Amino acid sequence: MKAAVVSFPGSNRERDIMMALERASGVKPSLLWHGDTEIPDTDLIVVPGGFSYGDYLRCGAMAAHSPVMKALKEKAAKGTPVLGVCNGFQILVEAGLLPGALMRNASLKFVCRQVHLRVEDSQSLFTNAYEKGQVIRVPVAHAEGNYTADEDTLKHLEDRGLVAFRYVAPDGSLAPEANPNGSTRAIAGIFNDSKTVLGLMPHPEDATDPHAGGMDGFGMFKSLVNALH
Amino acid sequence: MKATVHVTLKPGVLDPQGVAIGHALTGLGFAGVNSVRMGKFLELDLAETDRAKAEAAVKAMCEKLLANTVIESYRVEIR
Repeated sequence: MKAAVVSFPGSNRERDIMMALERASGVKPSLLWHGDTEIPDTDLIVVPGGFSYGDYLRCGAMAAHSPVMKALKEKAAKGTPVLGVCNGFQILVEAGLLPGALMRNASLKFVCRQVHLRVEDSQSLFTNAYEKGQVIRVPVAHAEGNYTADEDTLKHLEDRGLVAFRYVAPDGSLAPEANPNGSTRAIAGIFNDSKTVLGLMPHPEDATDPHAGGMDGFGMFKSLVNALH
Repeated sequence: MKATVHVTLKPGVLDPQGVAIGHALTGLGFAGVNSVRMGKFLELDLAETDRAKAEAAVKAMCEKLLANTVIESYRVEIR
């Protein structure tokens, strides 16, 4: 599996996700820069976390209109899988590749801690190494992860099974205190209609080392390698 | 021409910052603050001299970048 990681001024998790991708696939991903106008042929494009363009105007708003995102949108339209993590999720939403918006956390605080996620779909490119309903423990680190969308969009996401992950208690049940940011319906990550684009606020790449944070996030990278070889 | 743009959260979208500011005002003894909504204010200096064209251009800017119309609405004034 060849992956390309797109980075922007202010990205800071690109190394983490490149290490996770390489650990799972054995292939070193390529790193692209925001000004690049072309993305070479690749099996997967990743938009990592960070604070692209200093979060000016709105998180992800500037990055969504950068040259590399134009190329990314073209690839995504042709079916190349795209993964956006944290700021990457915010960028994909601002770019219109995923519906809804990510608002300031309900607590108004930057939240950096471990959370539990329930895997809502195990039939996707990104989640096939997990079981449906499996609870995994991965970190979040963000101030704007409060997912919101209008009722029609939420209904569409639920009806089509496009909610990928929800924030839950360790036993898999929904609980207000398990939701770190106030996201509507405890939504932590969503797919696009074709399930070739996934955006999520938590950082699975930071749970891929038994010595630092556990291995619960590794399943996502294993899933991608399973699906994309 | 100068354009001013107000970007605010749509009615019904929870504004936790506005709520916190409202609480703080009440805490400071300002009675009767029913609610606070926080937004952004932008001032643009435009080369365009035609008022209608300037307004159309700034509205397009709002749709594309300045506002996230999923959660925000905007108001444009040309001066």
